Amino acid sequence: MIREYSNVQKIEGPLIFLKGIKEAKYGEIIEITLSDKEKRKGKIIKIERDIIVAQVFEGTSGMSTENLSIRFTGSPFEIKVSKNVLGRIFNGGGKPIDGGGEIYVGKNLNINGRPINPVSRKYPKDYIQTGVSSIDILTTLIRGQKLPIFSGNGMPHKELAAQIVAQAKLSNQTDVKFAVVFAAIGVTKDDAAYFRNHFEESGTIDNVVMFANYADDPVVERFSAPRCALTVAEYLAFEEDMHILVVMTDLTSYCEALREISSAREEVPSRKGYPGYLYSDLASLYERAGMLKNKIGSITFLPILTMPNDDISHPIPDLTGYITEGQIVLSRDLTNNNINPPVNILPSLSRLMKDGIGEGYTRKDHPDVANQLFSSYSKVTDIRALAQIIGEDDLSETDQLYMEFGRQFEQKFLKQSNIENRTIDESLNLSWEMLRILPKIELDRLNDEIINEYY
Amino acid sequence: MDKKQGVITFINGPVVKGENMNAFTMREMVLVGENQLIGEVISLENGVSTVQVYEETEGLSLGKSIVSTGKPLSVKLGPGLLGNIFDGIQRPLEKIRKMDPNFIPEGVGLISLDFSKKWTVRISANIGDELAPGEIFGYVQETHLIEHRLMVPWGMEGKVESKVEDGQYDLEKTLLTLSGDEGQKFELKMYTEWPIRKPRIINERMKISKPLITGQRVLDIFFPIAKGGTAAIPGGFGTGKTMTQHQLAKWSDADIIVYIGCGERGNEMTDVLEEFPKLIDPKSNRPLMERTILIANTSNMPVAAREASIYTGITLAEYYRDMGYHVAIMADSTSRWAEALREISGRLEEMPAEEGYPAYLPSRLAEFYERAGYVKNLNGSEGSVTIIGAVSPAGGDFSEPVTENTKRFVNAFLALDKKLAYARHYPSINWLNSYSGYVKILEDWYKENVSEHVIELRNEMIQLLHEEDKLSDIVQLVGEDVLPDSQRLVLEIAKIIKVGFLQQNAFHKEDTFVPIMKQYLMLSLIKHLYDQASLGIKKGIPISQIKNAELFDKVVKVKYTVPNDDLKLINDISSEIDEYYENIFSKYEQVEA
Repeated sequence: MIREYSNVQKIEGPLIFLKGIKEAKYGEIIEITLSDKEKRKGKIIKIERDIIVAQVFEGTSGMSTENLSIRFTGSPFEIKVSKNVLGRIFNGGGKPIDGGGEIYVGKNLNINGRPINPVSRKYPKDYIQTGVSSIDILTTLIRGQKLPIFSGNGMPHKELAAQIVAQAKLSNQTDVKFAVVFAAIGVTKDDAAYFRNHFEESGTIDNVVMFANYADDPVVERFSAPRCALTVAEYLAFEEDMHILVVMTDLTSYCEALREISSAREEVPSRKGYPGYLYSDLASLYERAGMLKNKIGSITFLPILTMPNDDISHPIPDLTGYITEGQIVLSRDLTNNNINPPVNILPSLSRLMKDGIGEGYTRKDHPDVANQLFSSYSKVTDIRALAQIIGEDDLSETDQLYMEFGRQFEQKFLKQSNIENRTIDESLNLSWEMLRILPKIELDRLNDEIINEYY
Repeated sequence: MDKKQGVITFINGPVVKGENMNAFTMREMVLVGENQLIGEVISLENGVSTVQVYEETEGLSLGKSIVSTGKPLSVKLGPGLLGNIFDGIQRPLEKIRKMDPNFIPEGVGLISLDFSKKWTVRISANIGDELAPGEIFGYVQETHLIEHRLMVPWGMEGKVESKVEDGQYDLEKTLLTLSGDEGQKFELKMYTEWPIRKPRIINERMKISKPLITGQRVLDIFFPIAKGGTAAIPGGFGTGKTMTQHQLAKWSDADIIVYIGCGERGNEMTDVLEEFPKLIDPKSNRPLMERTILIANTSNMPVAAREASIYTGITLAEYYRDMGYHVAIMADSTSRWAEALREISGRLEEMPAEEGYPAYLPSRLAEFYERAGYVKNLNGSEGSVTIIGAVSPAGGDFSEPVTENTKRFVNAFLALDKKLAYARHYPSINWLNSYSGYVKILEDWYKENVSEHVIELRNEMIQLLHEEDKLSDIVQLVGEDVLPDSQRLVLEIAKIIKVGFLQQNAFHKEDTFVPIMKQYLMLSLIKHLYDQASLGIKKGIPISQIKNAELFDKVVKVKYTVPNDDLKLINDISSEIDEYYENIFSKYEQVEA
C-alpha cells in the first residue's frame, strides 16, 4: 500500500520526525520528495505512538518542515544484485556511480541480511596464502574467517590490504571463482582511488565490486555501505558459489557515524559516547562472514580500522576484537623504523589457524615454529628493556643472541616489499633461519623430532 | 481461554510498547505482531506495557496486536535436552534449520522439545504409592551416558491411581495419575514446564566439599573450583577465555555440561558442534556430546534472547541437578549478557549507572550466581550446579563494572593475562592475581584423596612464584648476574613451574587432561629438584654446576614423556635427580677435603 504524508514535525541532524501516522513498519524505507522534485531515501528507526523517526540517507540539508512529501514503501532497504555487479562501482546507498547504468535484472535482497544459523555453519579450515610472512606463519588467514587489521592514522594498512588482495591464493586452488568486494566507508577520495588503481594494475578490477562512501558523503550512507557490500558478498558466495574476500576501510568512520546518529536520537551513551548497542551492531556486520554446510562459496572478511590514538583498548578495536576471529595489529614503532608491513606479532592472533595449519595443510613444523617465534620474540622485548638500562654489552651471551634474533627477525622476516610474494615454504624456511640464531636449548616450544629435522 | 490483546504503539529495536494491556501480567510471555514474534512483558504502567522481543523486529507494524499467552517465559523440561543445541529461548536450532537451511527466519514460533519422538519409559512408582513433588516415578535412558529420572512436578502430590505399562511413549502421553488429598486429579507426563527466571525448589543447601576436577593443573592444584561453586574467568580478547571454557566443558568431571554461548562468535559454536561428538569421554567411552546441552545465541542473533539465554541455561541445569546429577554451566560470556541488559535498559530510557549499565546490574549478577550450589533435592538425592562464567572486560580492564561486580559474587577468580597470552603461555591464568576461596574448604578432600601434603606444596610453590615476580623486577633493572645463587635458583625453578607445570597444551594427547595424581607428582618432582638444588647451593656449589640443562629439561618435559596411566616413570626421574646431586655433592666434598 502506498501512502503519502507531509506532516513533518521536526528535522534534526540526519533525522526527520513525522507526526500523525497510523501505519508504519519498523525498518521500513520511506521516499522523501523535496519541493524541487529531488528524491531521497529514509529509514524508520523508531516508532513512538504517532511520531515516527526516520534517518535520511542522503542527508537533510535543503529540507524544511513544509516542503516535503513522504511516501511509505512498506518494504525494507533492498538492493538488486546479480552477477552483473562484478566490476561495478556503487555509492554507499547501492546506486551505481560509474556511469554504467542501473542493475535492472536480479534479486532484491534486504541489506540487513539474516543471522546465519550456527548449526548451518561450516567450520573454516582451508588457509589462504597471502605471501606475507608475518601473516602466513603467525596469523594465518583462513577461508571464511573475519580477521581485521588494527591500524593507526598514517600507518601503511592500505598497502598491506592491497598486497593481500593482489597475492591471496587459496590453498587448494582448483577451479575456484574468486572475487573481491570492497567497501570504502568515510575515506578520502585519494584513499579510495589508491585501491581502485591497485585493482586495475593487478588486473583484478573485473572481479571487484566497489562501494564508495567518501568522507564528504552523507553520514547515514556509512550505515548502508557495509551492509550493501556484505549483501552482495552473500549473494556471490552463496548463490553463485564464489569465494569472496571482503575488504572494508575504515570501520572507525562507521562507528563514528553510529555515534553521531545515536546522539542525534538522544540515546543513553555508554563508553566514550558510543551507543550501548555498538557491540551488537558491529556483530551484525562481522558475523556475516563464514561458510555454510550446504554451499560451496565463502566470505572472508578483512575489515580495516584505525585505532584512535593507537589505543587498542578504545571501544572500536576492543569490541571488534571480541567479535572477530583474531586481529592483525600494526605498530607505530615498526613503522617509524621503516619495517614494512609493520605487523606487531605479539598482540596479533588468528583464532582459526590452529585447525588450518600443520601436517596435511601447510607443513608439519608450522604450529610449533609459530609458537616458538611468538615465545622467543616476546623474550626479545624483555631483553631490550634490560639492554636499555645496562647496555647491550653487559647482557649475557644468550641475551645477546636474543637481541640479534630480534633484529634479524624484524629486518628479514617481517620486512618485505609490497610486491614480494613468499610461499609458505619460503616463509617457514626463513623462520628456521631466524630460529637458528638461538641455541637449541632455548627452543622450548619445539620437540626433538622437529629440531632434528629442521634446525 | 479468552485472548487478551494489546495494540503496538512504540517500536525501538527489541523494545516494543503496547496500549490497552491492563490485564497483562509482569514477565508474561506474549506474541507480537503478524509474525507472532515471541516477547516478554517487562513493565506495566497505566495500561501501557513494555515488551522485549526475542526476535528481529524489522518489519513489525504500528497498530498490530500483542497477544497474551497467560504464562511466564518458560522452558519445557524432559527427555531430548541432552546432545541438543538450542537458541536463547530453548528453540532447537536443528529444527529451525529445517525451516531455512542457512539463515534464521523470523516468526519461528514456540518450539522446544521433540514431541513426536518416542522414548522407552520404565515406571518405578506403584499404584497406591504416595508421591510428593520432586520424587522420582520413572526412568528414561536419554543417552547412553545419562538416565533421565522423571520427577513429580512442583504443585502435584497424592496417591498413584493409575499408571501405564513400561513401553514406548511420546512426551504428551499421561504416564501416571495421582489423586490428591482433596480429590484433585493430577496427570503426570514425561515433561514439565518451568519459568526460567525462578530458581527451582530444593530441600536444602549443603556444605561445599568436593572439587570439580578439570584435569587442568593450574586449576586443580593452584586454584580449584568446587562442585556447587562459582568461578569467573575474566580476560581481554585473545587471552583464551573460550579455549579455557572449552577445556572445562570437555574434561571436568561433572555428569552434565550446559554450555551457553551468549553473544559470542558463530564459528565457536560450530567448532563445539563439530568437535564434541568426536571427543570420547574417558570414563564411559561415549561421545562427550551425550552429556552436553548447548545454548547458542551468537552475537548477531536478537539481543533480548541473549539476555534470556543465561536463565534458560541455568534452569536446564537445575532440572538435571534435581535428578541427582552434578551439573556444570559454562557461560561464555556473561559480559555479553550484561551488555544485553544495558542495551535494553538504554532503549527503555532508564537512568544509567556506571558506564551506561543499569543500576540493577549487580543484583542481576547476584541472582544468577546464587543459583549455583551443592544441594539436597526434594527427593533426597544430592546434586550440584557449578557456574563458571567468562567475563570479557572492556579494554581488558578489570576495574569495569561487570568484572568488579562479578568478583563480589564468585569464590574463584581466574584472571587471564594478556602478557602470558602474547607469549603463548596457555592457559594464560595469571598466578599472581587469581584466587580461589575453595582451597581452604576443600583441604580435607585433598588430604584424603590426593595427599597429606598437597595444599602445603601448593602454597610453597605459589610463594616461590611470588618471590620470582619480585626478583624479576630487579633483574629487569640490573640483570640476572648480580643476584646470589640461591635467588638465581628461584628464577630457574619458577621457570620450570611455569613451563613444565602451569603451561598445558590443549592439543597434546597426554597433556590436554591430566589426572590429579599426576598433577601432584609433577609438582612434587619440581619441589624435589628444588630441595636438592638448594642443598647444593647451601654447600657452596655454584649455580652453573647445580643447573644441569639436561636434567632440568627432563623435569619440564614430564608432561609429555610420562603417560597419564604410568606414573612410575616420575619416580625414575626423581631417582635420577638424587643420583646426579649425590654425585656432585661427593665430588665437591672430595675437592673441599
